[in-house]
Amino acid sequence: EFRRFSLERSKPGKFEEFYGLLQHVHKIPNVDVLVGYTDIHGDLLPINNDDNYHKAVSTANPLLRIFIQRKEDADYSAFGTDTMTRKKNVLSNVLRPDNHKKKPHIVISMPQDFRPVSSIIDVDILPETHRRVRLYKYGTDKPLGFYIRDGSSVRVTPHGLEKVPGIFISRLVPGGLAQSTGLLAVNDEVLEVNGIEVSGKSLDQVTDMMIANSRNLIITVRPANQRNNVVRNSRTSGSSGQSTESSLPSSTPNILGNLLQGEEESDEEDIIIEDSGEPQQIPKAAPTSESIESLSQIELLHESTQNGFLPSSELSLNHSAGSISMEYEEPEPGRKSLEEEGTIITL
Amino acid sequence: MRRFLRPGHDPVRERLKRDLFQFNKTVEHGFPHQPSALGYSPFLRLMAIGTRSGAIKLYGAPGVEFMGLHEENNTVMQIHFIPDQCQLVTLLDDNSLHLWSLKQHGGASELREEHRFTLKGPPGSPPSATQVTAVLPHSSREVLYLGTESGNIFVVELPSFRVLEDRTISPEAVLQRIPEDNCNRRSCELVEALREHPKNPDQILIGYSRGLIVLWDLQNNKATHHFLGSQQLENLYWQRDGSKFISCHYDGSYTQWPVSSDNRQPEPLENTVPYGPFPCKAVSKIYWQTTKNGLPYIIFQGGMPRASYGDRHSISVIHGSQQTAFDFTSRVIDFFIIFSSDPAAEFDDPSALVVLAEEELVVIDLKSAGWPAVHPPYLASLHCSAITCSHHVSNIPLKLWERIISAGSKQNIHYSSMPWPIDGGTNIAPDPPQRDLLLTGHEDGTVRFWDASGVCLHLLYKLSTVRVFLTDADPNDNMNTLGEDEWPPLRKVGTFDPYSDDPRLGIQKIYLCKYSGYLAVAGTAGQVLVMELNDEDAEHMVDHAEADLLQDQEGYRWKGHEKLRTRDGPVRFEAGFQPFVLVQCQPPAVVTSLALHSEWKLVAFGTSHGFGLFDHQQKRLVFVKCTLHPSDQLALEGPLSRVKSLKKSLRQSFRRIRRSRVSSRKRRGGSGNASEVQEANAKFDQDALQEMELAPVQRKIEARSAEDSFTGFVRTLYFADTFLRDSSRHCPSLWAGTNGGTVYAFCLRVPPAERRMDEPVRAEQAKEIQLMHRAPVVGILALDGRSTPLPEPLEVAHDLSKSPDMQGSHQLLVVSEEQFKVFTLPKVSSKLKLKLTALEGCRVRKVTVANFGSCKTDDYSENDLAVLTNLGDIQIISLPFLKLQIRYPCIRKEDVSGIASCVFTKYGQGFYLISPSEFERFSLSTKWLVEPRCIVDVPEVTSNNHVHNKSGTENAARKSRSPGDCGEDERKSGKLMEHALLNDEKVLKEIQSTLEGGR
Repeated sequence: EFRRFSLERSKPGKFEEFYGLLQHVHKIPNVDVLVGYTDIHGDLLPINNDDNYHKAVSTANPLLRIFIQRKEDADYSAFGTDTMTRKKNVLSNVLRPDNHKKKPHIVISMPQDFRPVSSIIDVDILPETHRRVRLYKYGTDKPLGFYIRDGSSVRVTPHGLEKVPGIFISRLVPGGLAQSTGLLAVNDEVLEVNGIEVSGKSLDQVTDMMIANSRNLIITVRPANQRNNVVRNSRTSGSSGQSTESSLPSSTPNILGNLLQGEEESDEEDIIIEDSGEPQQIPKAAPTSESIESLSQIELLHESTQNGFLPSSELSLNHSAGSISMEYEEPEPGRKSLEEEGTIITL
Repeated sequence: MRRFLRPGHDPVRERLKRDLFQFNKTVEHGFPHQPSALGYSPFLRLMAIGTRSGAIKLYGAPGVEFMGLHEENNTVMQIHFIPDQCQLVTLLDDNSLHLWSLKQHGGASELREEHRFTLKGPPGSPPSATQVTAVLPHSSREVLYLGTESGNIFVVELPSFRVLEDRTISPEAVLQRIPEDNCNRRSCELVEALREHPKNPDQILIGYSRGLIVLWDLQNNKATHHFLGSQQLENLYWQRDGSKFISCHYDGSYTQWPVSSDNRQPEPLENTVPYGPFPCKAVSKIYWQTTKNGLPYIIFQGGMPRASYGDRHSISVIHGSQQTAFDFTSRVIDFFIIFSSDPAAEFDDPSALVVLAEEELVVIDLKSAGWPAVHPPYLASLHCSAITCSHHVSNIPLKLWERIISAGSKQNIHYSSMPWPIDGGTNIAPDPPQRDLLLTGHEDGTVRFWDASGVCLHLLYKLSTVRVFLTDADPNDNMNTLGEDEWPPLRKVGTFDPYSDDPRLGIQKIYLCKYSGYLAVAGTAGQVLVMELNDEDAEHMVDHAEADLLQDQEGYRWKGHEKLRTRDGPVRFEAGFQPFVLVQCQPPAVVTSLALHSEWKLVAFGTSHGFGLFDHQQKRLVFVKCTLHPSDQLALEGPLSRVKSLKKSLRQSFRRIRRSRVSSRKRRGGSGNASEVQEANAKFDQDALQEMELAPVQRKIEARSAEDSFTGFVRTLYFADTFLRDSSRHCPSLWAGTNGGTVYAFCLRVPPAERRMDEPVRAEQAKEIQLMHRAPVVGILALDGRSTPLPEPLEVAHDLSKSPDMQGSHQLLVVSEEQFKVFTLPKVSSKLKLKLTALEGCRVRKVTVANFGSCKTDDYSENDLAVLTNLGDIQIISLPFLKLQIRYPCIRKEDVSGIASCVFTKYGQGFYLISPSEFERFSLSTKWLVEPRCIVDVPEVTSNNHVHNKSGTENAARKSRSPGDCGEDERKSGKLMEHALLNDEKVLKEIQSTLEGGR
């Protein structure tokens, strides 16, 4: 259904009113809907509060195209997501049949469709002066981007105040992940790396630990600026942070948790390419359970390949891997080749 | 649930661990770094060497060694044994004296420090008043005479070090008793030498540095004779009968003086400048030895003509018309002569000259014609050419052992056949459990084969790869070509030669198959040589092959060194390992990994560009694989591209200097106003401070990406007969691991023995594993169905190993610098892992499978991984479950070269360099422990009976010896010693530079 109506650009009013207006215009007063609009780049963006409503109205030029979906059967993934699979499965099939188009498709969607880049965790178990930050490293597009140094901090010990050596963040790379989260700052003292205390460890040791954990880095810091600390009683579950990127509704930690689980697994897994020159020796088919496994894992594979974890040289050098290189582009043919040629890719 | 069970809580396992593992640093092999003093006891027949780091090491018969360390870590200046005692006194450069003694404890002798003492002068006296310059332990064993800079000679009682003030011989007292008025106060400054009369213990000869020599009567406290030398005195030596003595001087002369009762102020008998008439360097020490035939030996250090040979380190021996100046490649620290120690003997009859040079010990046989050198059984100069790599082979079959020894003995014909003259003490350590070889590769292209079975690391055989190549220097150039009438009669001795003709000759990897006698050696310029042991000299062609590791990679330029040029035509090789194939990698980058399979007759080699497989039976290259990432410019261009960064850093430092100059000029040029200058100064300081704060030591935290350089660098190669493709058929395979965390597996088809020459070896890539954490792969290992590591090639054929279990499923262990991972085979899926770096921040530097036997029962042994981390810790990790068993701190983490040089044995021992010239040996096993254990008999010259009794107890001690029972102190001091060495910044740098130089 298409409806056309006008709004006063200078006085758009509140989102509530607008929502009411939409329900009225479409004659769906008791149906929960998702509201979205296309911005100047053609991206589908949600309207769910006053701010983005105002933003949407301000971008109208002069028309504003609004999309309304019933909430029950809403396709959340139609809103911005950047996991390849979903883009392929949903967007390429539904919205953009021509998926060879180079243009990056940026859309914004519901929180669970965001890829977390950082989060504050364990707020409930840490002292208020400490902050445990999780950085998620995807691929090579954004560097972790920080430096650490040796330093000394003052601790209260049984013998009074004592100066003890510590590890500090010395520099944030502009545009890097660490800086963009806003959760880490220069002169923050690093206390733990992935649950292991750094006290007594050398700068080089801590460096190696961080790099070894770089795919899923959890650092506990004592922020140099203690004014922005989380006030504990204001939050109960506390799995969300203060950064804009990761501000999540209170119901999301579980989803996030699942997501992280998956991440954790994937960061462990290595890529194995089995090249088979003699067709008769190739196992006929993988057991069903395994193929299901590989189905569920194919996503991870793409994540990693997309992130450049398979050096392209390897693909170009290695002729027998040619079919594999195809798989990185397109999941479906990839699976086909998997069955046809018996080349097995697991993660 | 199993993963939640905490490891290490099983009491049975804990007990077993105690029976299996134990960490000991057992013995130091090689030549002490920076020796500074030498002592010898003719009575004990023990030699002592002191070092600049305060260590003192005693050596006697092979296997008899003791070590001590002065707490001060100061340079040992002098060592003096107390006559006829198991005691010695050391003088350090802080002017402290230390009394050490050898005492028996628990069936073996131990070296312990008993007392220490620093001579104190009267209050207000300058430090020179008590600065000890000469030490004379008196034959009465009760007192020590200490000559000082001030000319005073103090007498201290032993062992209490109590100063007997009434017996001090002051310069005033000496001058009073000398009638001549041409002796003034100054002629008694600085005591150079103190010598006891050989026949009359009441007389000592005092030599003052300005040339005055006084024979002092201790009983009557007076000078019986005095001798006026015209030259500055260096040293003195008595003739055996005490009728004459000899003095040596700063101008290169020596003088003989008569001592007779009728003349109180004798004139010199003879004054000689042996290498005159032109100005000569000082003769710093001299010996005068009598012989039966009447012709004395005069042996002295230095005295070379200043202008033409002033830079030589020489010791001259004159015997009648024979004269030789032994020419050493490093500074002479000290020397002594071994002569008849029987006090009743009429003549000295010197048998050997023992010279401690800075870098080696040289012993010359004075009894044989031509004065040949004696081959030392210990104190080998490991660093005669810098060590570039090492390889250990345990349990050598007797046949190979004998063949290597026989090849080595042919090289040693120019050595004297004299038995080792320093033979004090008794070695009571049990015979070494097995024959072990340590192979060291050197910068000059040689491989040295050391007998590493026991306490004495000695050279069995030296292999040179130089003959295969054309180098700028003709090997015959360096030979001693001095003619008959050449003067001075210099003769080069010793083996220390730190100069390499061509650094490309450097040996980087060694692989010896102990069953077949095949040896593969690879070097800095991409050369891989395969050799075979031949008991005869032979002249033959060396087959050449090239392996282009870049393959089709276009447009890359190798800016590194060129390959070595090879000799055309047949080459003559001496008996021993003789090369028959040379594989040259292209580009000629340093070979970074090497593996040899003697059963399949294949050799695999890898560089920073890729790896290749060569069939040395058919002499055919099987395949090459390029592992390069196209963006890895650094690896492609070779080492020279580093120049850029060096240039850059130079430029930066220049800029910094200029900046500081400019600012200082500004300061000066400002004006005469003092306050302004001050202000500018303060500002400058502040700026400097700020600059320092801006650039603290910081580390970048960044995930490794595929674009990092040197990802293609091949770190490890491994042959295995395992299930690579399917679980029903196993096949030969080659595995390679790279710096970028990639593992390549190739399936090989080796024709059966009867068609081995007819059909080619085939290889196909079967698998490629990319570790997600991208850390360098340092080890690959296949485990059989019983989770036992696959045996070495030919091991099963020689009935030395159970054949591997080919029924159960095999597993693959991949060790990266950061993680240990076990995968299933043939379908590769991750089974187990241990993340080392993520948890501890340390990285794997060395890893080996070691077999540990229980000290309680003979029938239990297990295989574990011995791991050395970049922090210098050693960890033992169980197989196949990858559980950390135990951890020992071993090497200081700052000691990068020590860590890099570490090599493990197959039975839980190991070696690492504590200095360029010394290996520390350590043991992780309770069962295999090689450490010195020896007895020095308490000397009771008169009672033969007593000596007999001693040997009785010694036998008993030998029987009662248990492996766990060893000197705690000795171990402790070993650790201290190493610490002392590595505290020395310079030493560290030196070690590092040698190691880097090899790369």
